[in-house]
Amino acid sequence: MDPGLGDNQATLASVDPESAEWLRTLSGTGVEREAAVERLHAILLRVASNEVRRRAPRLRLAGPELDDVAHQAAADALLAVTAKLGGFRGESRFTTWVYKFAVLEVSAKLGRHFWCDPRVSLEGEDWERLPDRFGFDPAERSERHDLLDALRRAVDEELTERQRQIFVAIVLKGVPADALAVELGTNRNAIYKTMFDARRKLRAVLVARGYLDIGTSRRS
Amino acid sequence: MNGWDELDRFLGTDPRDVGCAKAMDLLHVYVELVTRDPEATRRRYPGIVAHLRACGPCRDDFDGLLAAVSGNAG
Ligand SMILES: [Zn+2]
Repeated sequence: MDPGLGDNQATLASVDPESAEWLRTLSGTGVEREAAVERLHAILLRVASNEVRRRAPRLRLAGPELDDVAHQAAADALLAVTAKLGGFRGESRFTTWVYKFAVLEVSAKLGRHFWCDPRVSLEGEDWERLPDRFGFDPAERSERHDLLDALRRAVDEELTERQRQIFVAIVLKGVPADALAVELGTNRNAIYKTMFDARRKLRAVLVARGYLDIGTSRRS
Repeated sequence: MNGWDELDRFLGTDPRDVGCAKAMDLLHVYVELVTRDPEATRRRYPGIVAHLRACGPCRDDFDGLLAAVSGNAG
């Protein structure tokens, strides 16, 4: 017995009729498949365009560049979806699974665009931005002076070089994690994991040195 | 004490946090459950809830997918 075929049949049996129809036509041949691919592309382009528009207010990109990102994202998402059809396991509607490709392609492409702005660089460290970054107003800033000093010292003394580099880029420079991942040749997950460990270590150090209470972290 | 709260929140880590890769893997399943039954989502995927609370980029992707799914229904 072919286990791959068995899995596929189980999946097809459990999906809703609309999703099953997508799978049938996209894995078919001829004009029926071509028509399905065309419809899929139209959907991907609509989702990618909406997603670009949703993020646009936070970006330094002009209209034509945004259109470009949407079209590229839709094209790449189409390739990915058709290449990975077997990866759809029927845990959601087919279209929801497909939308995810469009959203993640837009996300990745906009992450790379960050470095197109010549004003941004990883050089230098803006430690004076630290209080601002967390929204300390001037009064609170002077009141919490010791805490902020202790945080800076902990970053310098307790973090590994990699943790420190990523902390400085994300917290002090406001570099988006995806843009940083591109620059450092890694991925969002690895950046997050490094920051997660750094955050945990910094809290432990600040608690040990009496600047934070152990129970102050919000849990829910 | 806004700055202190924000710093406190930033330094807080949830051991249930699944990280970006797992959260992105399940995002399409998660988003559909969120639209159907938010309560069940918290019970079933506490690690993704924790992650989306702490990770800005994944939260943004989730918001985008949620918007896409909601737009389609309307
Ligand atoms: Zn994440």
